Amino acid sequence: MIALSDYLLFGAVLFMISMAGIFLNRKNVIVLLMSIELLLLAVNTNLVAFSHYLNDVTGQIFVFFILTVAAAEAAIGLAIIVLVFRNRKSINVDDLGSLKG
Amino acid sequence: MSFEQFIFYLLAAIASIASLMMITVKNPVKAALWLVLAFISTAGIWITAQAEFLGLVLILVYVGAVMVLFLFVVMMLDINMAVLKEGFTRYLPIGGLAAVAIFALIYLVVGPNNFGLDKYAAPAMMPADFSNTEAVGIPLYTTHVYAFILAAVLLLVGIVAAIALTLRRRPSGTVLYQDIDKQNRTLAKDRFEMVKMDAVVEKPVVKEEEKEGDKS
Repeated sequence: MIALSDYLLFGAVLFMISMAGIFLNRKNVIVLLMSIELLLLAVNTNLVAFSHYLNDVTGQIFVFFILTVAAAEAAIGLAIIVLVFRNRKSINVDDLGSLKG
Repeated sequence: MSFEQFIFYLLAAIASIASLMMITVKNPVKAALWLVLAFISTAGIWITAQAEFLGLVLILVYVGAVMVLFLFVVMMLDINMAVLKEGFTRYLPIGGLAAVAIFALIYLVVGPNNFGLDKYAAPAMMPADFSNTEAVGIPLYTTHVYAFILAAVLLLVGIVAAIALTLRRRPSGTVLYQDIDKQNRTLAKDRFEMVKMDAVVEKPVVKEEEKEGDKS
């Protein structure tokens, strides 16, 4: 039998790896966006696991909406990256400091 | 170890290794392909948790649409590979430390002490003819129908925003554009004009030949 903690720890491992990816990748915004997708996947795994163990389908509906929002976010994020590349000829994270954030 | 435990740990190992490769490989195309592998194995894990509909949606929407979009953009941009991984080792200590710290904290909360099998018993498996799609779909179209419509509007806004951001208007003269207003304003009489002119009558050739014949 798979315990609920197994699912949650799997989600935690995915979350950890993708967070490390955001820390490490200072050169490529696209890999940063992929790491964010992986973060959302880890959170969705938690929701699916709780929905299974608490026998409540609402968690899965929540995952459905998160997937929708993540798809829209990916489309707009990639559009912004294309725009940045067109203007600056680079998607290096260190080159994108003109906002001085 | 039961069969489903074996499947779960196998898929979890594949997903973890694939995501580790995703953040470490140099080539962004390979990173996208590793992420596809991570998505597929996570979809398998969702299916072991009896979320079959969402597992298949994850494969269809993410692997089929979003990752293909990523690959399109990666291949469209001319990225300088040499500088891509500079500074990787510089941020490795702090990144690894933060990741391990986060994992330790999450483990303290959701570890087997709090969410083990003795606290949350594994639920009974659904019968073979149970439809997960129906179980998700009925509340989706009844209780959560406004959120569903809102999600549709959100996707529409996403389409409009993506197109509006990347649409490029080049200066006129270099490229010809279709001007739909101008096309609609056009009337038939602007395009086609009747001109009155006299008919041109050619002299019959045969008669001249006959005259020549008479002379000879």
